Amino acid sequence: MTTRSQPVLPPERLTFGALLGRLFFSFYSGLMTAVELVIDPIQRVIGVNRMAYFFVLPNLLIFGIFVLFPMVLNIYYSFTGGVNLFPQNRPFVGLANFQQIFSCANFLDPNSCREDRFWRGLYNTVFYVVFQVGGMVAFSMLTAVVLNRSLLGRGFFRSVFFYPVLLSPVVVAMIWKWILQRDGLINAMLVSLGMERIVFFLHANWAVFWVIFISIWAQMGFYTLILLAGLQSIPRELYEAAEMDGAHRLQSFRHITLPLWAPTLLVVLVLSVIRAVQVFDQVWVLTGGGPGTATLYVVQYIYETAFANQIQQFGLASAASVILGVILLILTLFQLRIGRQSDIA
Amino acid sequence: MFGIGEFLTRTRGRGRLDPTDILTYLYLTLGTILMFLPVAWLVLSSFKTPAALLRFPPDLLPYAQRMVKVEGYDQTLPLFNVRMPDGSTRQMAQVRRVGIEAQMVDPANPGEIIRVNIADREEVREIRLAWENYIEPLQRFNFLVYLRNSVVVTVSATLITLIINSMAAFALSKYQFRGADLIFVVILSTLMIPISVILVPVFLVITGVGWNNNLLGVIVPGAATPTGVFLLRQYMLTIPDELLASARIDGASEWRVYWQIVMPLAAPALAVLAIFSVMWRWNDFLWPLIVLSRSELFTLQVGLAAFQGELNVQWHYVLAMTVLTLLPITLVFAILQRFITTGIATTGMK
Repeated sequence: MTTRSQPVLPPERLTFGALLGRLFFSFYSGLMTAVELVIDPIQRVIGVNRMAYFFVLPNLLIFGIFVLFPMVLNIYYSFTGGVNLFPQNRPFVGLANFQQIFSCANFLDPNSCREDRFWRGLYNTVFYVVFQVGGMVAFSMLTAVVLNRSLLGRGFFRSVFFYPVLLSPVVVAMIWKWILQRDGLINAMLVSLGMERIVFFLHANWAVFWVIFISIWAQMGFYTLILLAGLQSIPRELYEAAEMDGAHRLQSFRHITLPLWAPTLLVVLVLSVIRAVQVFDQVWVLTGGGPGTATLYVVQYIYETAFANQIQQFGLASAASVILGVILLILTLFQLRIGRQSDIA
Repeated sequence: MFGIGEFLTRTRGRGRLDPTDILTYLYLTLGTILMFLPVAWLVLSSFKTPAALLRFPPDLLPYAQRMVKVEGYDQTLPLFNVRMPDGSTRQMAQVRRVGIEAQMVDPANPGEIIRVNIADREEVREIRLAWENYIEPLQRFNFLVYLRNSVVVTVSATLITLIINSMAAFALSKYQFRGADLIFVVILSTLMIPISVILVPVFLVITGVGWNNNLLGVIVPGAATPTGVFLLRQYMLTIPDELLASARIDGASEWRVYWQIVMPLAAPALAVLAIFSVMWRWNDFLWPLIVLSRSELFTLQVGLAAFQGELNVQWHYVLAMTVLTLLPITLVFAILQRFITTGIATTGMK
């Protein structure tokens, strides 16, 4: 006869996850089928090939209205004055905003500038970028090398270093504000070691140190992960071949690891520099830019000039952000340049 | 020097523990302490009473003074160990304190009030979790509203991002049409333009649309992420065109090809983008700070920052609310950590 025995399937177990998945899928397909009723007629009218325009449209609209148009408008704003938000009510002032920013007796001394807070912010930002990125990339590299070794619990340690990345800047600031306060954990440690208590955020140098330390703490896990992935993509055979040729371990690190790691390092460097230039929220909650102007950075200057001060100087803020944008553009172009060179090498 | 080389390049252990292994574990242990201690300290502190928070040096665990109910008194009274003039020690509750003199009462014999010098008494303390730090601000302040706003923003922004970014990525990876390259290049070139560079004009657009002080003003502007379009497009390029062609032969419309074939196949990339988006939106601060000025619209981050910026910082509430703010994202991470770390390691490269 033709009745063939069916293979016996294990009884289906409906776990909670599977149930949730099914629920989600039926919701998803129901919704999408409903949308289909609206969209299929569109396809009949415009034809298959033009459907591409339909698909990019929503993204492009939002992108155009909220990113592209503002970018152009920002440049126009930087040439206008007054306190009105709407551009039709703003007098055209030419380069006055830029002149105001660039009116300095001595560019190396912010005190001699009309917009001294901008220049302080800029110099602080440069200092921050150099030391935050430098320190963070160094620690990320070290941690990546350590995590690349065969270890018990490697996944666990990887997650440990990554965890602070998920915390919001405000939360990070609160955590450390609590630890560093006058009666906090660090001061308790200092006192138990027989030292004096320090009110960290009243001392400019300490404030700068902690701002940099905390942002390294909060961000290094992300770059460690990327660097680790870069290390793991280096073929093992290269090391074996080098060992057969009698290469020293240090030599193989210098001549195999570093060159093959360089593209990843470059990506990390670029991402972290661009991020560091925009430093704002964490520091703003932690120190408010103080003491004095010790931890005042460019984005805080822009934010305050446009939104937080009594007089809302939108034109001046836009001029400052145009300058910031140019700096970012130069950094990006620089990165493309180096990236292309290292591709050739 | 040989040790350093060994340390830098060893990728596989050979079953024995050598000095470099010890160094490695030392580094990782220190790192773990440094990464986790601040958060652990925050959580421990958030369960302390205001009085315990003021102690210096601070206790490790949340101790609180033991309170007792004494007959004849409406409120619970704090318990002390009192050194009596005859040298013995008794446990008594304090009724009130006047200057350097405290009026104490023995819980067993509530009728008699004993006056002692405040230097002669010591608090009786026990480990107690001060849940009121969590409960009171939820009742007295707008934190539940902030929480709801944050959830609304995060969920709807992530859904919008996933849908419009995947649609655009589908068009840019699976169709040849005029302007495709231009669109892609323009989107890519703004990868490095953060919102902090265009704060003023975006604020103008928001105001013009009427979304000032509206959650939509927080949700929509950042939805068309260049990162998402790029990530999804690169992933969709790996989906074979033959699959799409055969679906079309079977009579599937373009929309059906998109949602029934491309989307499920791009699920890993979508998941990574979803995680990124949740992280960005939940933690976002500067933009909501500018758009939202009415406190009933604050997201958790803005609310928390405003709360801690008040003149008289109520640390016991602030700490508890900070823990509540980091809790959801921590739970998500605890469940999905392997997936998140490998996902970011493989796609963060691009």
